[in-house]
Amino acid sequence: MAEEKTNRFLPYLREDRLPHIFCPGCGNGAVMNAFLAAMEKAEMDFDNMTLVSGIGCSSRIPGYLKCDSLHTTHGRALSFATGLKIANKDLDVVVFSGDGDAASIGGNHLIHAARRNLNITMICINNNIYGMTGGQVSPTSPKGIVATTAPYGNYDTPFKLAELVAGAGASYSARWTTVEMENLVLSIKTALKNPGFSFVEVVTLCPTYFGRKNKLKTPTAMAAVMKANTVYKSAADRMSEKELKDKVVVGEFANKQRDELSEVLDKFSIDTYGKKTLINSAYETDF
Amino acid sequence: MSEELFIQGNEACAKGAIAAGCRFFAGYPITPSTEIAETLARELPKVGGSFVQMEDEIASMGAIIGASWGGTKSMTATSGPGLSLMQENIGYAFITETPLVIADVQRGSPSTAQPTMGAQGDMMQARWGSHGDYEPIALAPASVEEFFYFTIKAFNLAEQYRVPVFLMADETMGHMREKMVIDEDKIDIVPRKRPELTDDYLPFKHVEDGTTPMPAFGDGFKVHITGLTHDERGYPDTNNPETHSKLVTRLCNKILNNRNEISSVFTQFCDDADTVVISYGSPIRAVIEAVLKVRKEGRKVGYIKVDTPWPFPNEQVLELTEGAKNVIVVEMNLGQMYYEVDRLLKQQNNVHLLGKIGGMLPTPDEIISKIKEVEDK
Repeated sequence: MAEEKTNRFLPYLREDRLPHIFCPGCGNGAVMNAFLAAMEKAEMDFDNMTLVSGIGCSSRIPGYLKCDSLHTTHGRALSFATGLKIANKDLDVVVFSGDGDAASIGGNHLIHAARRNLNITMICINNNIYGMTGGQVSPTSPKGIVATTAPYGNYDTPFKLAELVAGAGASYSARWTTVEMENLVLSIKTALKNPGFSFVEVVTLCPTYFGRKNKLKTPTAMAAVMKANTVYKSAADRMSEKELKDKVVVGEFANKQRDELSEVLDKFSIDTYGKKTLINSAYETDF
Repeated sequence: MSEELFIQGNEACAKGAIAAGCRFFAGYPITPSTEIAETLARELPKVGGSFVQMEDEIASMGAIIGASWGGTKSMTATSGPGLSLMQENIGYAFITETPLVIADVQRGSPSTAQPTMGAQGDMMQARWGSHGDYEPIALAPASVEEFFYFTIKAFNLAEQYRVPVFLMADETMGHMREKMVIDEDKIDIVPRKRPELTDDYLPFKHVEDGTTPMPAFGDGFKVHITGLTHDERGYPDTNNPETHSKLVTRLCNKILNNRNEISSVFTQFCDDADTVVISYGSPIRAVIEAVLKVRKEGRKVGYIKVDTPWPFPNEQVLELTEGAKNVIVVEMNLGQMYYEVDRLLKQQNNVHLLGKIGGMLPTPDEIISKIKEVEDK
């Protein structure tokens, strides 16, 4: 008799919350997989991981993982994560976000988190569309694509998130796609190990809302286009703007450590006042 | 041990926060509240706490909610425009039952209006500012010393009921300097209750008194906290009418069922009063002076100082005004708590408003004129 097949990551999931809400062909499952593989490769203590997210399809990921998880308001995940990490710097804090959540409503928090350089890893699942609300144009939607709120084609120029976050001071910033899992896993591993603000943009597929509106009928058709359009940063650096049109540039855009905020705060208190930052002090009465 | 100080209200608030066990502050500069942030930026590192200046008030609210789930008592301080920005995350704190304190040092409003002038225009925003049904707790200090002790009380109530608590001060209260005494014997700290990690542990259990103990992230409970309607496990269950109504009803009832325990007033001369003056925060100081003066003239006037605008002290106020013909509400807006008082007392008393805006406190003379106008009509 054939053995029953189970995913090796099942022990990390809240099984009582399955099935998940993701559509067939959605990249969120692939990113979850990549995250768990990277977490194992980085030898992280899963029990010490706390996940924070905002609103959107990708922000539902923390709800499926068996960790302390904070599913917050739209765009604001990084601000909650900032408080959580400073309050208890021993926690490993990971933020899951989408392109609308991170770069539109949460754009200000994104650049400030990069500037602050707290040890938080952010995985931004960029499907170039608002999926949860049914396919509206997002700040990363390529020019010209059709969305329910861009029925004549998108007029706006998209953000390049990995470059934006690198420019804002993140100590690690990279972009990969869900059609290249190996690089993605290694990049998330690097991000988890990096003691500072780390940003991994994962360009992914939304067959339901992006594909259907843009003549990419199946997930495999979308994946093929994405694969064909992927260019490594090293190659892209030698290409002209015209050649780079419609291309997804993958690679690392920042990888340089600098002072991490929670360590700086703690060190200042210890050196100046001989006081370590208190953890879990809400449960105490004697200070 | 007691300590005598001559300090500003905003400094007293910051001192109260530290005495209460607050070890995290996130905020954004805004007049007239900024000294609370400045004082805590200076003092928190000395006591093992952290201060962070966020990019805006929305982020400040988010950060203190995150810090609270990190196991640290946390607060922010702001004024009207900042409070407006915080509203969505305040609602999140209510539905996720996150204890925290928000000091609102009120200024002339709406919009940017009068940054350096006092007002009480945010009273209804503290009550209804975020969308949906919820029951807030709000305290209104009327002296520098009270700002200190009410801040401690705010943290205690936040922990006891797992809710955001508002400190509704105003510019006068924030910037006024006066003598205050810190008496350590009068400081009582309510610590957070940590739940027991059992197999059948439910983070949002419908317990009888409405408030379950709260774990910290990293404690091993592996809780899922969401602003979506959630069941007792904390899991989203958004399309089930029963789950939603059970959750929101419990959130409201844990405050409403304890209204008498939470709310408090200070009162004088109401036993024989024909007229009762009701006020809160800075204007009550002028009210007391006015009442003392008219009593010397033989008028039977009493006053009620409302220390907890929310939940409104219904029972106390109903009882204290029972024999009075007239009730006057004095506040620095064009009528906010007035409507709450009128709703409560309109079967029993004639309710009048002395509302003053512009930034100047109501004077005792203005209050005396109003009392005479109402009584001699």
